Amino acid sequence: MLKKNKDYRVMKKIGLIINPIAGMGGSVGLKGTDGLAHEALRLGSIPKALDKAKVFIEKISGLENLVEIVTCSGDMGENALKKYNFNARIIYFPRSENTTSSDTVEAARIMKNEDVDLLVFTGGDGTAKNIYEGAGESTTAIGIPAGVKIHSSVFAKTPGRAGELAKLFIEGKTTLTKEAEVLDIDECEYRKGNVNTRLFGYLTVPVERKFMQNKKAPSLKSEKSQQYEIANEVIRDMLEDEYYIIGPGSTTRAIMEILGLKNTLIGVDLIYNKKLIENDLSENQILKYISSSPAKIIITPTGGQGYLLGRGNQQISDKVVKTVGKDNIIIIATKDKIANLKGEPLLLDTGSNETDEMLKGYAKIITGFRETVIYKINS
Amino acid sequence: MKKIDRSCKVRKNFHQAKWDEAIIFELSQKGERGILVPKAETKISEKVGDGISKLPKNMKRKTVLNLPEMSQNRVLRHYTRLSQETLGADVNVEIGQGTCTVKYSPKINDQLSRIPKMAELHPLQDESTVQGILQIMYETDLYLREVSGMDRITFQPGGGSQGVFTMASLVYAYYKEKGEENQRNEIITTIYSHPSDAAAPHVKGYKIVYIHPDENGYPDFEAFKAAVSDKTAAFFVANPEDTGVYNKNILKFTKLVHEHGGLCGYDQANANGLLGVTRAKEAGFDMCFFNLHKTFSTPHGCGGPAVGATGVLKHIEKYLPAPLVDYDGEKYYLNYEITNNPYSVGKIRSFNGVAQVVLKAYAWIRSLGPEGLYQVAKTAVLNNNYLFKKLMELPYVDAPYIKGKQRVEQVRYTLEKLYNETGVSTADVQRRMMDFGMHYWQSHHPYYIPEPMTLEPTETPSKADLDEYIETLKFIFNEAYTNPEIVKTAPHQSVCHYIDESGMDDPEKWAVTWRSYQKKFK
Repeated sequence: MLKKNKDYRVMKKIGLIINPIAGMGGSVGLKGTDGLAHEALRLGSIPKALDKAKVFIEKISGLENLVEIVTCSGDMGENALKKYNFNARIIYFPRSENTTSSDTVEAARIMKNEDVDLLVFTGGDGTAKNIYEGAGESTTAIGIPAGVKIHSSVFAKTPGRAGELAKLFIEGKTTLTKEAEVLDIDECEYRKGNVNTRLFGYLTVPVERKFMQNKKAPSLKSEKSQQYEIANEVIRDMLEDEYYIIGPGSTTRAIMEILGLKNTLIGVDLIYNKKLIENDLSENQILKYISSSPAKIIITPTGGQGYLLGRGNQQISDKVVKTVGKDNIIIIATKDKIANLKGEPLLLDTGSNETDEMLKGYAKIITGFRETVIYKINS
Repeated sequence: MKKIDRSCKVRKNFHQAKWDEAIIFELSQKGERGILVPKAETKISEKVGDGISKLPKNMKRKTVLNLPEMSQNRVLRHYTRLSQETLGADVNVEIGQGTCTVKYSPKINDQLSRIPKMAELHPLQDESTVQGILQIMYETDLYLREVSGMDRITFQPGGGSQGVFTMASLVYAYYKEKGEENQRNEIITTIYSHPSDAAAPHVKGYKIVYIHPDENGYPDFEAFKAAVSDKTAAFFVANPEDTGVYNKNILKFTKLVHEHGGLCGYDQANANGLLGVTRAKEAGFDMCFFNLHKTFSTPHGCGGPAVGATGVLKHIEKYLPAPLVDYDGEKYYLNYEITNNPYSVGKIRSFNGVAQVVLKAYAWIRSLGPEGLYQVAKTAVLNNNYLFKKLMELPYVDAPYIKGKQRVEQVRYTLEKLYNETGVSTADVQRRMMDFGMHYWQSHHPYYIPEPMTLEPTETPSKADLDEYIETLKFIFNEAYTNPEIVKTAPHQSVCHYIDESGMDDPEKWAVTWRSYQKKFK
């Protein structure tokens, strides 16, 4: 019979960071709380992040002998753990009761140094960005949604769901992880009614594998193996003596990994004859290279809104696109990512109407080995 | 006697067999025997020797075959127990297996297929001794021509996916003769057609181009226009697709493909709502296939005997796998002439298809007649739309795409609202259904429709059956709000609580044969 692994019961170290002011701007119509916590309080907003963290903690209560929690003092963590018997240690003390984003960054940095197995944080996109700044992309994290803006895919759907996922992780029932995008929007622009999301980076999140009893539809391949399949398909058709501009994202990164090349997850890399030319190029650097030689662009849409250009890959500017030409843009995406778009078209925002117009319509997206999807792109 | 009002009767007292029966190899005991074969009498052994030495050398095993060793009654008990651990159509109001057309298959047809005349047939028998089954194959071919509008049917493909593979092979053969097989290397399909419509051509070497639906759930015609080119070998599609939405503009699609020189293949695996209503020919298709083990009640294959009967128009006929069954006015015979050319696909499978399955489909068609087939389609559509209307009245159930439009034989619903509000997923509901002796299926992956639930009642269930199924679903939806844990941890009344699928994409954990399983996990 299948060996049942019961040796997963090792202590896990969980970091807990609560952004106590997260979400306060929302109820009073401020579309975010960045820099406006006092204003939100004045308008009568009641902090809810702590309650949301408690929902999470309730879900993992019962696992006290499996976890050690490291957290921050006061409302940044300590207060949520009262009434529970967790083995908790406070490792960060904010300078003031009115905590700011720099407290989140600093706490995340310390948690990373503490080598936590899982960093759980409560907040919104701004908080996720701060966690990323402090802890970097290799730290495994789960976001408890409590902010006004939840665009990043590092967040669980609800605080309860975050708790269930953490429970699986603590019990060793899920060991798979993937990189999830940290997106934030420009709040000044957002308050004017313009949604401009930006890709700041990636955090590693645990992946919940659902337990099913189903003979007919075995699970789809993991996202990682889909990415490798796509990467192999792209590499197979790569031409000699042409530049390949590799956009940001874990799907495009798989190409670099298979070729054994150093890469940047949120930067733009350039390769030529399957060799690395340079990492993390700016628009001007790209233009310099491609002025004299044919080139192709390989890009993947951002998760969530599905921006193909103009969000997180601004280096691939309208000038770069025009120089390379519409027919030399290779779009790649996993089927999961396309399914998550729920039929909504891919979007463009290169900053040039002319370029957006040129690219809109229907395009082929490579989704696997000798497999494409025809998908709509709107400007 | 008390009369039970079935409309609100949820089988709360159902209990499935709840032990995990060991597999037969694990039950084996060395030396245990079911039958002790008596030693041959001297007279016989003098005549035939030991019965082994005369066998040709290449037919003899070098090592002893590893078979389980068990007494007869232990074998009987083992298989009887296994049969109780299933939740098959015979114990279940089986309307939950959408896309599979699980219907009542008359037991008499099973008995027919087991009569010695059928069971003891050998495919290498001389034609003169198998006239009966050849006649049945020939006539079933004629019936399916009527149903599809095609000009010739082959029964060789051993299932639906092999039916699609046969269509892909026919497409390849057709272009090979024209010298265009390298240029035409793409097959277009849709995301809501069966995944085999992509997978089987993929195996044949084709590139696959997928089309997404428009906001009404029809394949997006603008995307389709962008996809069709002189690289297009064929368009393989189901209609209705898994959503149950019938694409009334299908002629526009097939016409466009033909204008670009491509071929069109109709996936009619689930033709249950279409019998006597529409035909592949009139919808502009060059070829199609039916699953005899679905629509034609033989019953569903599930890896067992099946036939993906594939039909073609005249201009594709010569590429069909050989042989075809024909009648010369006096006798039925295997015709190798039509396909006697270098471009025929040759063999898709050994011999000539699963004769027993063809026989069962034949018996079913004959028992219903043309009017009966049409009645099957009407009843299946009525049943489905009754279920559709009743479920759509529930606040937690929705069905994406064109609102108010009747579906054909099945519907893909979404339980997204239930999931968002309770955290109970479609997989949880699915497992909980088993506690009431019911079953349902979600969807192929990936889930383009979130938290999917695909139901296909067919013509089999009565209104009372449908009501019982609906009440059971409602009972579980209610539990999702009042006691979500009981749903999430289901099944509680079943063989096995859940299967951890996390090893599915880890080749290190794969054990695809009994031997590799023993090597890795013993």
